[in-house]
Amino acid sequence: VAEEGGPCSLSKMAGADGDDSLYPIAVLIDELRNEDVQLRLNSIKKLSTIALALGVERTRTELLPFLTDTIYDEDEVLLALAEQLGNFTMLVGGPEYVHCLLPPLESLATVEETVVRDKAVESLRKISQEHSPVDLEVHFEPLVKRLASGDWFTSRTSACGLFSVCYPRVSSTVKAEIRQHFRTLCSDDTPMVRRAAASKLGEFAKVLELDYVKSDIISLFTALASDEQDSVRLLAVEACVSIATLLPQEDLETLVMPTLRQAAEDKSWRVRYMVADKFSELQKAVGPEITKNDLVPAFQNLLKDCEAEVRAAAANKVKEFCENLPEDNREQIIMTHILPCVKELVSDTNQHVKSALASVIMGLSTILGKDNTIEHLLPLFLAQLKDECPEVRLNIISNLDCVNEVIGIRQLSQSLLPAIVELAEDAKWRVRLAIIEYMPLLAGQLGVEFFDEKLNTLCMAWLIDHVYAIREAATCNLMKLVEKFGAEWAQNTIVPKVLGMANDPNYLHRMTTLFCINALSEACGQDITTKQMLPVVLKMSNDQVANVRFNVAKSLQKIGPVLDSNALQTEVKPVLEKLATDTDMDVKYFAQEAISVLALA
Amino acid sequence: METTKLPPTSPSSPTTSFSVPSAEKVDGFPRRSMRRARQRRSHSSSQFRYQSSQVELTPLPLLKDAPVAELHDLFCKKLQQCCVLFDFLDCVADLKGKEIKRAALNELVESVATSRGVLIEPLYPEAIKMISVNIFRTLPPSENPEFDPEEDEPTLEASWPHLQLVYEFFLRFLESPDFQPSMAKRYVDQKFVLQLLELFDSEDPREREYLKTILHRVYGKLLGLRAYIRKQINNIFLRFIYETEHFNGVAELLEILGSIINGFALPLKAEHKQFLVRVLIPLHTAKSLSIFHAQLAYCVVQFMEKDATVTEYIIRGLLKYWPKTCTQKEVMFLGEIEEILDVIEPSQFIRVQEPLFKQIAACISSPHFQVAERALYFWNNEYILSLIEENCQVILPLVFATLYRVSKEHWNQTIVSLIYNVLKTFMEMNSKLFDDLTASYKVEKQNWSQGVVNFRIRLIYLHGVSCLIKMCRYH
Repeated sequence: VAEEGGPCSLSKMAGADGDDSLYPIAVLIDELRNEDVQLRLNSIKKLSTIALALGVERTRTELLPFLTDTIYDEDEVLLALAEQLGNFTMLVGGPEYVHCLLPPLESLATVEETVVRDKAVESLRKISQEHSPVDLEVHFEPLVKRLASGDWFTSRTSACGLFSVCYPRVSSTVKAEIRQHFRTLCSDDTPMVRRAAASKLGEFAKVLELDYVKSDIISLFTALASDEQDSVRLLAVEACVSIATLLPQEDLETLVMPTLRQAAEDKSWRVRYMVADKFSELQKAVGPEITKNDLVPAFQNLLKDCEAEVRAAAANKVKEFCENLPEDNREQIIMTHILPCVKELVSDTNQHVKSALASVIMGLSTILGKDNTIEHLLPLFLAQLKDECPEVRLNIISNLDCVNEVIGIRQLSQSLLPAIVELAEDAKWRVRLAIIEYMPLLAGQLGVEFFDEKLNTLCMAWLIDHVYAIREAATCNLMKLVEKFGAEWAQNTIVPKVLGMANDPNYLHRMTTLFCINALSEACGQDITTKQMLPVVLKMSNDQVANVRFNVAKSLQKIGPVLDSNALQTEVKPVLEKLATDTDMDVKYFAQEAISVLALA
Repeated sequence: METTKLPPTSPSSPTTSFSVPSAEKVDGFPRRSMRRARQRRSHSSSQFRYQSSQVELTPLPLLKDAPVAELHDLFCKKLQQCCVLFDFLDCVADLKGKEIKRAALNELVESVATSRGVLIEPLYPEAIKMISVNIFRTLPPSENPEFDPEEDEPTLEASWPHLQLVYEFFLRFLESPDFQPSMAKRYVDQKFVLQLLELFDSEDPREREYLKTILHRVYGKLLGLRAYIRKQINNIFLRFIYETEHFNGVAELLEILGSIINGFALPLKAEHKQFLVRVLIPLHTAKSLSIFHAQLAYCVVQFMEKDATVTEYIIRGLLKYWPKTCTQKEVMFLGEIEEILDVIEPSQFIRVQEPLFKQIAACISSPHFQVAERALYFWNNEYILSLIEENCQVILPLVFATLYRVSKEHWNQTIVSLIYNVLKTFMEMNSKLFDDLTASYKVEKQNWSQGVVNFRIRLIYLHGVSCLIKMCRYH
C-alpha cells in the first residue's frame, strides 16, 4: 500500500485499545507528517485539539519537541504554528510551564520569511505576559539576548519587538542590559535591523523611566532620525509622536524639536510624507505653543511641497490641523496662514491632491463660521464642484452636510446641479453609484420642489442604466426618497413611471419594475400597492421571459404582507397557483415558495 | 483629466430617459468606460528641488584654447560651473544657462577622455563634488504606483540632457589612464557608493545602464570598497525580497554580481555561500522575477561552475520556492533547472535526483501545457538524457506513473506525443524495468478502484488512541 510508511506499525496494535473517541486525533497527528502541505496545515490549525487530547504533560514532553523539529517546514505551516503557540499556555499546564513554549518560538523568530517571524514575535509578546517575573528573567530575557546577538539579521529584527514587553517586569540590572542591547541594535550594521529598532523606539520609550527616556532614547532618536537611509529616518518620525507625549513640555524644545524640524525639511520626500501623514498626532503631542510657533510654518511648507504625494498627505490633514489649533487665535491662524495655501491647492496640478483637499475642505466651514465661509470658502467649494476630475466633485458633494449646517445648501445649488448632472452621467459606473448614494441626502437638503424640477429625471434614468449595480442602487434610492417625501408624492411622480416600464420591450427593464415595487410597496402603503401596483404585477405573470415570471412570484411574496387577505385570496392565490404549474423549473420553485410563505396553500 | 465623454445615445442620459431603444439591448458591459488613456507626463525630475537662488552662468573660454598653465584652473572652473542645477520640468526656463552647462560638460567629457595629464590631484575633489551634486538626489515617487516594468512605459528623467553628460564624464574619469585609485578613494568613499547604489532604483533604464557600468568600474578599481559594495547590494536585495518587493535596478545589480562571482577565489568564502543561500535563492520568490530572471540564473550557474558542492543547496532551494500558482514563473524555474543540469556534475546529480524528479513529474502533469512542455523538453537535452540513463533505476519509478497517466489524460496533443517519445526513450533504456513498472502500475490501478485506499483509514479507526501514543513516541 502506497502509504505504508505511516508513523507506526498499526497492525501490531490491533485490538490493544478499543477507544474510538480519539480516532480524529490520531488522524490529525498522522497528518502533521503528511506529504501534502494542505493536510499538514489543517492539522497544525487544530493543534490545540491535539494538545488537549494528549494532556499537559505529554504536550510538554512529546508534542513540543516534535513541533520544534518541524521548523524546517513550509512557511505556511510555520505561520500557522507560530500563531497556535501563542495560545498554548493553558495547554502546557498554565503560567508555571509557559516557558516550554519558548524553544519552538525562538526558532520561528529567526526564520527568513517576515510574516512567520512577525507572528512568532507576536506570540512571544503574548506569552511574555504569562511568565512570572522570575521566569521572565530566567527564561524569557536570555532568549531576547540570544536573539539580539544573533548572527543573521532576522533574529536581531525579531529581538527589537521583545524588549518593551519584558523591560517593565525585570530587575534593574537586567533593565540596564536590555537598554544596552536596544542601543546596540539601533546602530546595527544592517538597515533592516535599524528599521526594526526605529519602528519599536516609541513603544520602548513608553516603558522606560523618564530619566532614561531623556538620556538614552533621545540620543537614539536623534541618531535614527539622521540615518543615512530614508527608510530608517521616516520611522523615527513615528517614534517622535510617542516620545514627545512622554516628555514634559519644557524639554520638548531642546530634546525633540530640532529633530522634528529637520524631518519636516528632509531631503527625502518619503520622510516629509511621513511628517505630513502624522501631523495631527504630532500636533497633539507637542502642544499648542509649539504648534503655533513651529508647526504652522512647517504645515504651510508641506502644503506647498514640491512632491504631490506630500501635498496630498498634508491636504488630508487640513481640517484636523485647523480643528486642533488653540482656540484663542485659531481663526486668525487659519485666515492668514492656512487658507492662502488651501486656495492654491484648489487649482493644484495633481488630482490626488485636489481630491484629498475636497474630502476635508468642507469641514473648515464649521470652524470658520458663516461669514468667513460665504466670503472665503464658498468660492473654493464652487471651484472644486467644477473640477475636471470626478473624484474631486464627488468628495465635495459627499460632504455637503457640513456646509449645510453653516450656510445652507441653497447657496450652492446653482453650481451643484451641473456638477450632479455630470457625475450622474459619468462614464465610470462607480462614480455614478457614488452620486446615487448621496441623492436622498441632497433631496432632503434641497427640498421637494427643487428635486422634482431638477433631479427627478436623473433618478428615473438610472433605473435603465446598463449596469445592474446602478439599477439596483437606483431602486433603493427611490425607496429612500419615498420615505422622505411621502406616499402621495410617490403616487404622483414615481409610481406611474415605474409602472410604465412594465411594458418595456427590454426584459431587464420590466424586471426593474418588479424590483422597484418590492422596494416601494411598504413605503407606499396598502392602498397604492393594492390598487396600482398589484394589477401590474399580476399582469406580468404572463410574461414570455421566465426570469420575469419567477420575479413576479418573488414580488408577490414580498408585497403579500402589505396586501389585505381578500386581495391575497382572490387575486394573488390564483396567479401563484398558475405559476406553480409553469413549465420552467425556477418559476415553479419560487411560486411554491411564495405560496407557502404567504400561507395560501 | 477625464477625457472620455458619454456618447450622445447613452441610455442613462436624461434626454433619452424613457425612449428606450427598441432593440432588446441587454449587453451589461458596453465599452463606454474604456480604460482611459493614461494621462501622465513621461518625465519627472527631482533635481531642481533644493536650489534656492539661481546663478547666472557666463560662458568660459574653451579648454582647447587655454594655455597649458591655465588649463587646470579652467577645468576646475568648468567643474564648478557644472554644479549649477537647472529646472528641466520647465523646458523653456533659462535656456541660455542650460546650453552653457551642456557645452561645458561636453568639453569636460572630451578633455578627460582624450588628453593626458589633465587629472591632477586637486581636481579629484572638484570632479567628485560635481558628480555628486548632479546625480545624487532622492528619486521622485513613481507616477504610477502600480508600475509594471513589463507593461508600462518608464518615467524618464527630465534632466537627462545634463545628467547623461555627467554620467559620461564620470565613466571617462574612471576609465582614464591617468585615473589614480589611491587619490580617488579619499572621495569615492562608502557614503558615496551607498548613494550610488540607491540610484539603481531609478525608473529610467538609460540611467541604470550608466550606473551599471560605473559601479562595475568602481568595483574593479577601488579594491577597498569591494566588500562594502557586496554588503550593501545584499541589503538592497534583502529589503527587496522581504520588505518592499520594489526596486528597479535588480537586474543591473545582478549583472554586475555575475561578473563578480566569476572572479571569486576558491575555496568559496562562507560570506559568498551565505549570499547564495540567503539572498540569491530567495530572490526567486519575487513577484517580478521575470524582469531579472536571466541575470539571476546566470549568477546561480556561475556559483555552480565555481564550486560544484553548492549544487545541492541550489536545487533544494529552488524546489523549496517552487511556484505554486504562477505557471509563467514555473516555466522560468524549469528553464533555470535545465541551465543548471547542463553543467551539473554527475556526483551532485545523484544527491538531488529524487526530489528533483518528483517536481519534474508534477510539472509534467500540469494542466498548463507550457509547463508540461518545458519539463518534457529536458528529454531533448543530450547531457540530461545521459544523466537520466545512468540513473534510470531511480528516476523511471519516480516519473513512470505520471507519464503513463498523463499520456492518457492530457488535453493537449503536443504533450501527449512528447510523452510518448519520453516513454519510448525509457523503454529503450531499460525495457525490463519498464515492463515491470507497467505491470505493477496496472495492478495498482485496479486495486485503487476496488477501494483498497480506504484500508489505512479503517485501520487507524480501529486502533484510535493507541496509534496516537505510538506516533508521539515514534519521534
